[in-house]
Amino acid sequence: MDVKIITDHGEMTAKLYGEIDHHRAREMREMIDSAAERNKPSILYLDFGGVTFMDSSGIGLIMGRYRTMNLLGGEVRVLNIPKSMERMVELSGLSALNLFAKGSEKNEVKK
Amino acid sequence: MKLKNEMSLTFESRSSNEGFARSAVASFISQLDPTIGEITDIKTAVSEAVTNCIVHAYKESVGQIYINVKVYEGAVVVIKIKDKGCGIHDVKQAMEPLFTTGGEERAGLGFAVMQSFTDKVKVISKEGKGTTVTLEKRLMSRIKDV
Ligand SMILES: Nc1ncnc2c1ncn2[C@@H]1O[C@H](COP(=O)(O)OP(=O)(O)O)[C@@H](O)[C@H]1O
Ligand SMILES: [Mg+2]
Repeated sequence: MDVKIITDHGEMTAKLYGEIDHHRAREMREMIDSAAERNKPSILYLDFGGVTFMDSSGIGLIMGRYRTMNLLGGEVRVLNIPKSMERMVELSGLSALNLFAKGSEKNEVKK
Repeated sequence: MKLKNEMSLTFESRSSNEGFARSAVASFISQLDPTIGEITDIKTAVSEAVTNCIVHAYKESVGQIYINVKVYEGAVVVIKIKDKGCGIHDVKQAMEPLFTTGGEERAGLGFAVMQSFTDKVKVISKEGKGTTVTLEKRLMSRIKDV
């Protein structure tokens, strides 16, 4: 399974696994969006801890979920971006949106 | 530059081939004993170029994608990714970061990623004829031995 959805107290976490390219991102997007529409979470956490490779489709996936959650009146947080993918994130300018959770928040979600 | 090795590959523009294409190139290059970082850079850049053939060049249709990889003396790798799809109207504009004709889920970062993850990117395109993207990267870790 490429996506594992966990809901907890009105928040939702989507744990992503494996490689994210345009092909895989499509299935991931459909799973996350349908779960988000059902659960209407206040916060959607996208957990990249299990991602082994991503191209710019991963950035598209984050941007698209940012829009989805805007429409649903919630927020997006991105967790555990692997070191090797930080350059991609920097390049995207997404860091300016403050979606990337810091230390304490990370631990809370991981447990 | 002296040519040391070469491979070519042709496959259909189906999105399920994206993983195959970048892995095939990575595995050919791995003979040069690159670092993990260099392999990731090449896989990422190839993934961008191949995805563009599938998403943009051939859109709803299925066509052929051609990849050619040449390894030159000095650990210089030259990768050509070619399609016979719709072509690009304005290459300069297409290469600007965030520019996309692909709708909501495209980040418009493909060319920016190719440029950042390799040493040189060349794009030749003709509307109605197709596009050839050439990526060049020198594997720094191996310069000494070749
Ligand atoms: N092989 C191609 N054939 C036709 N158009 C292309 C091709 N590659 C790129 N393009 C055009 O260049 C634009 C920018 O490409 P890119 O930077 O990869 O961003 P994205 O793929 O997210 O749109 C695309 O939206 C498309 O209009
Ligand atoms: Mg692209």
